[in-house]
Amino acid sequence: MADARIQVPAQVRRGEAFEVKVIIRHAMETGYRLTDDGKPIPRNVIREVTCRYNKVEVFRAETSSGISANPLITFYVMARDSGELVFDWIDDTGVRGTERAPVSVAG
Amino acid sequence: MIDRPSSPRRRVLLAAAALPLLPIEALAEDEPEVAAFKAFVAGRRVGIGRLKLDIPRIADNGNVVPVKIQMTAPFAAGAEVRSIHLFSEKNPVAQMAVFHFPVAVSRVEIESRVRLAGSQRVAALATLADGSLHSATADIVVTVSACLDGS
Repeated sequence: MADARIQVPAQVRRGEAFEVKVIIRHAMETGYRLTDDGKPIPRNVIREVTCRYNKVEVFRAETSSGISANPLITFYVMARDSGELVFDWIDDTGVRGTERAPVSVAG
Repeated sequence: MIDRPSSPRRRVLLAAAALPLLPIEALAEDEPEVAAFKAFVAGRRVGIGRLKLDIPRIADNGNVVPVKIQMTAPFAAGAEVRSIHLFSEKNPVAQMAVFHFPVAVSRVEIESRVRLAGSQRVAALATLADGSLHSATADIVVTVSACLDGS
């Protein structure tokens, strides 16, 4: 199972903004919780999520423990050419994730 | 001839009746009391009205609170939205998120889900390419706070 789900309209119109929705599977451990025997659970949250559209960065989010588990972010991107969106993210432990979605531009 | 609308006494009464409404209006226009927001703004002028922040008035679960931030278009050339910051008044990490727009976009609308450590005021701040700042705030009552103590 993929670590993220990306939702993009099946077809978008050149020059118009289209909605992009991404949900990443991640506990976003805050660092404020304790285990059952009272030991602190170390913080491990996604720090940054970037979205590139045909290799150009179009969106970036700096995230923190204030973002809920399994972060969801919806935003808009200007449709240019058909191609793909590539999401990359990194968490506190240095673990990186990536996921991509095709973009089909009409007109 | 009792209580003619033009009588001074009547006017005073009308003014008094209107008074209880004033604090609510004033509150909505207030600079947010969010320390991190104030620190970021550092006394610069902030526009109110174009940025909109939608959060529920009451959230049962502080761990998952839907947030929607919108900036009213159009954006003149050179005045596009560069970033949107989201601040919490009470969370241990006051700046919950920053969203950057390296490429100008005609529709600025962000949705996400945040954790909130208790009832508080939340503030959003947009920075534009022309250097201007725009803010929006919202108050929320959180019945079950986001988990901070491991309980």
